[in-house]
Amino acid sequence: MQALTNRVQPVDRRPLTLWERMYLPAIFKGMLITFKHIFQKKATVSYPEEKRPFSPVFRGLHILNRDEEGRERCTACGLCAVACPAEAITMEAAERKPGEEHLYREEKYAARYEINMLRCIFCGFCEEACPKDAIYLTETFAPANFQRKGFIYGKDDLLIPDPKAKQTV
Amino acid sequence: MSIDWYFILEKLVLISGVLALSLIVAMYSTWGERKVAAIIQDRRGPNRAGFMGLLQPLADGGKLFFKEEIIPGTANRFLFILGPSLAMLVACMTSAVIPWGDTLTIAGKEISLQVADINIGILYIFGVVSLGVYGIMLGGWASNNKYSLLASVRAASQIISYELAMGLSLIALLMLTGSLSLKDIVEQQRHGYWNFIYQPLGFLIFLVCAFAECNRTPFDLPEAENELNGGYHLEYSSMKLGFYLFAEYINMFISSALMASLYFGGYSFPGMDSLGLSPNLVTILGFLALFIKIIIFLFFFMWVRWTIPRFRYDQLMRLGWNIMIPLALLNMLITGAIVLYRQG
Repeated sequence: MQALTNRVQPVDRRPLTLWERMYLPAIFKGMLITFKHIFQKKATVSYPEEKRPFSPVFRGLHILNRDEEGRERCTACGLCAVACPAEAITMEAAERKPGEEHLYREEKYAARYEINMLRCIFCGFCEEACPKDAIYLTETFAPANFQRKGFIYGKDDLLIPDPKAKQTV
Repeated sequence: MSIDWYFILEKLVLISGVLALSLIVAMYSTWGERKVAAIIQDRRGPNRAGFMGLLQPLADGGKLFFKEEIIPGTANRFLFILGPSLAMLVACMTSAVIPWGDTLTIAGKEISLQVADINIGILYIFGVVSLGVYGIMLGGWASNNKYSLLASVRAASQIISYELAMGLSLIALLMLTGSLSLKDIVEQQRHGYWNFIYQPLGFLIFLVCAFAECNRTPFDLPEAENELNGGYHLEYSSMKLGFYLFAEYINMFISSALMASLYFGGYSFPGMDSLGLSPNLVTILGFLALFIKIIIFLFFFMWVRWTIPRFRYDQLMRLGWNIMIPLALLNMLITGAIVLYRQG
């Protein structure tokens, strides 16, 4: 019969020889293989002490960005929420009041901004959709939690620290 | 009749010592099993509880003690409780006739490191080990569960089949040594060569049968997690489950000790009598030698477990009846012929 591909492996269907039927040599061979594995490098990464390096394009937890003066960039336009295929992003917009110019970059800002990390699939579409460079995905991932509500990240969890506030400290 | 209180005290201390030793070794066998499994599979194994995870067995034991005890409504309560108790009792009883070392001389009194040097030591072990299957059978039967029942049936027929070959391989050994007392057998090896050299085939048969008797992989059909859901201890929880698991490890420990004593010189080691040390020290060194041999056997048990997959049931029976028993008979015949030839 003609083979359909060139990757066909013929199966050896000869009856077992006496040596093979003795079974013990095969066991011995197997035992040697497992014994060799004792001395091989362990695949385990001892997680909290030791972290596996991620690739530079890894998409992890989100952050909300600020500009150079420490003002929030997000204007609550909702494009990220629209782009999100997992519908993980919710937000509530608010209007900037006079005297809040040092807090928010534009007249409109996100009063509430929540990402449900259990829904999020870390595709990075929000990052691409954002016209204000306000949301970015970082190289960390969400730590474990005991409750589902712990995975809903609000503005406190997402916003990066104020660069100006840091300087003063 | 006067009672020799010193004798009773000595034996009591010895018995508690041996019991504690078997329990501790069984405890750390569970740790060892997980460690060996891990390193063979390129993992690390338990390493969080204490240094190198050495407290892991305590954590496991504590967990088992505090688990809820469940006795199924349809189970036979008496037999259900009797099962694990019997398994544990029988496992602990076997250690009585194993010579853990030569004699210690303390305050002018000679103390033998063997609980009971009975002249039918091997027969005693055989009798007690065969009782061990009752623990499994009763537990599986009393659970009133089809998987457990299947497991008990398997265990019963497996242990009966392999006991035969084991006994036959031992008869060949007994022909050589001419004694049923384990102490005698070890002493003979101390002054001559280890029995393994005279009985390699017999040792191999004994080893395979020991695996089958201990329900260890590749013969762990009564437990068979993936086809019988844990087998005979499927319905057990809490420390009753712990007893079953513990009994298995104690059995492993005892059969390792037995194999070391019968075929690998027990507490004797090469050059033991030409060291020129005090007899007490030599006895302690001898005990350590036995312990090292036991640990090597325990490692071997685990190593095999993580290498060889489980036999199919018909393969197991075929191996037992069609291969092991004829081989053991052949071994017996050859040994008998040689013994006869050397005598006459």
